[in-house]
Amino acid sequence: MLAAVAAHAASKLNVVTATEDLAAISREIGGDRVTVDSIAKGYQDPHFVESKPSFLLKLQKADLLEVVGLQLEIGWLPPLQTNSRNSKVQVGANGYLDLSQFCQILEIPTGQITRAMGDVHPLGNPHYWLDPENGRRIAKAIQNKFSEMQSADAAYFAQRYADFDRRLNEAEKSWDAKMSPFRGRKVVTYHNSWPNFCGRFGLQVAGYVEPKPGIPPSPSHTLELINAMKRDGVKLIMVEPYFDLRTPNSVAQQVGGEVVQLMPSVGGVKEITSYFQLFDYDINLLAAAFAKLK
Amino acid sequence: MRAFMLTPIAACLLAFPAAAQDTADLLNRMKAMEERIKSLEAEVQTLKAGQPAAAAAVVLAPPVAPAPVPPPAPPPEQATAAPSLGGAAGGASKVFNPDISMIGDFLGAAGNSGNRHTPSLEMHESEVGLQAVIDPYARGDVFITFGEQGVSLEEGYFTFTSLPGAFQFKVGKMRAAFGRVNTMHNHILPWTDRPLVTQDLVGGEDGIDDAGLSISRIIPAPKGLFLEGTAQLFRGDSTNVFRAAQRSDLSTVEHLHGYRDISESTNIDIGGSYTRGHSPYADGSNQLFGIDATLRWKPLRRSIYRSFAARSEFVWARTAYSPGLVASAPGTLTATPFGYFVSGDYQFGRRWFFGARFDRSERGQCLPTNPETTQVCAVNLSPGFVAPPNPLVQDTGGSLLLTYWPSEFSQIRGQLRRTSYGEGRTANELLFQFILSMGAHGAHPF
Repeated sequence: MLAAVAAHAASKLNVVTATEDLAAISREIGGDRVTVDSIAKGYQDPHFVESKPSFLLKLQKADLLEVVGLQLEIGWLPPLQTNSRNSKVQVGANGYLDLSQFCQILEIPTGQITRAMGDVHPLGNPHYWLDPENGRRIAKAIQNKFSEMQSADAAYFAQRYADFDRRLNEAEKSWDAKMSPFRGRKVVTYHNSWPNFCGRFGLQVAGYVEPKPGIPPSPSHTLELINAMKRDGVKLIMVEPYFDLRTPNSVAQQVGGEVVQLMPSVGGVKEITSYFQLFDYDINLLAAAFAKLK
Repeated sequence: MRAFMLTPIAACLLAFPAAAQDTADLLNRMKAMEERIKSLEAEVQTLKAGQPAAAAAVVLAPPVAPAPVPPPAPPPEQATAAPSLGGAAGGASKVFNPDISMIGDFLGAAGNSGNRHTPSLEMHESEVGLQAVIDPYARGDVFITFGEQGVSLEEGYFTFTSLPGAFQFKVGKMRAAFGRVNTMHNHILPWTDRPLVTQDLVGGEDGIDDAGLSISRIIPAPKGLFLEGTAQLFRGDSTNVFRAAQRSDLSTVEHLHGYRDISESTNIDIGGSYTRGHSPYADGSNQLFGIDATLRWKPLRRSIYRSFAARSEFVWARTAYSPGLVASAPGTLTATPFGYFVSGDYQFGRRWFFGARFDRSERGQCLPTNPETTQVCAVNLSPGFVAPPNPLVQDTGGSLLLTYWPSEFSQIRGQLRRTSYGEGRTANELLFQFILSMGAHGAHPF
């Protein structure tokens, strides 16, 4: 019996993900048949992760690497893959899963794209996991991949997906109920991380604290933003935890509004340990802020 | 009259079944189109599942009316729609083109250079990078530098990424794994120049950069410790470091690299290096021993605003040279210079870095450096010529730096540098640098 337990433990899929969000969904689907580890932490900017050799040790042993894609990880993941000595996780290999292929992607640029537009994502906005429907698609793609790699547990993964889907359906009703009074409200965000979230819950992004992606706020842009917010009655500024709050706080003070530090990823704060808690946390924070600002 | 009245009524009555038939036809056509769309979607998903992830993402539904998307599925067995004919458009062949980048490095200098021959203004280097996956087993990285003095291949190597046993094999022309600074391209240095020890003992900007083979392995180590061993074999030609007079004058480099996370924000790198090859100055060897250490701090929640890196390298050399630096001259002497640098770089704002560096390096007074400093030695083959002595002299320097990053694709740097050369000259200089990056340059190793 001990040998059977050991054999079962030994056959766990070793999954490494680029972000905590993919890790959280992988745990939902994989249960005790997988071990999951994330390279980026939920409270750090996923564009700027360092390619530390300690991550090489994780990747070296991985059976599956899950990435957000759309060049979100282009600044740090390729040297880790190249130097991992693991053929399974190279781009295009069976152990490489780009979840962007399965999701609704917004803001795919059309026409000419140059870096005069800032640090744009030329393949579309990569923050797509912030729509629960995409979370469902991610989960389904992960279920299919896990089942393909570990067919003996396919029924288990299917049952875990069905349970995830059921709980997500229930949770969406609660989230929709909480956000429905605020549909149509305008918000300003620091970085363009929220199009999927805002689209899903009916918020309109009226501007950004950054003048362009990756460019810090300038005095002239900040003044324009303040004037625009006053003109359009925008009071709420959504800021990720890894950005400085001085400019958002100053803008909020000028317009009589409020800054809300929303978490774009699982693990952004200690209490967010699952995909569901990510939306619970952010929606509760938003609802309280909107209620205060009415 | 009756016929007149009845005719439109009859026409209407007849039209109803006809209209109903039209509606039925319309519904059938809509159903067929729906089936066709589903079939095409399934084909796209199947094709995409077999393509690299870098291909464009797919919009599955318009933003205003998101709809559930079926998961990837094989094409339906009983597809009634006609198969799509023809391959992808010709432009799709460009997907296999390498990533192309160009990084420009403009340098300026003012002040008293102490007879060091660096120009006042210079388009110092434009590095063109070509990088691509070759096949499931290897990738290629080529970096060509265009300078005012000409074109050279800085690095061009192929890496085999899928070897068993945690090995990695590289072949081509590459910067040797001696220390840390020697592995760095100009545009990723935190200074406008290289430390004195690199200029005096390790070939300067050109460095140990040669054609050869490299094998490295991640060595099993206690949990939390990353240990990598590298062994390299080169032709044996690196300016001011090695010269291969014949095929057997190969050079070797061995490097052991250890890394540990002290916390999620702080980590330390320590390395030991050894290299040996044929001396450029005698029929003997040149050996270099090196120790390097790098300490980094970058708090994850504030990583784009604050960071600190402390770097140091210590190099000991044993260089054979002949009197007058004539390799064929009888008698071989040995110079044993030692040099080191210590530097720190602190990021105090999203775009601002402050740095400082201390340099000290010995060198044989008659041995060349890169860039050149004026030497009092002359090579003379005439009978009776007595070669001057070649004592060790010591150069000492210090720099203060300020770097501004308008974006992650450009840098502007100023450096105040003071150097006291062993011959008694002192240089006080203001250096400035612009670095700009175009295209898709891959991230360099950590």
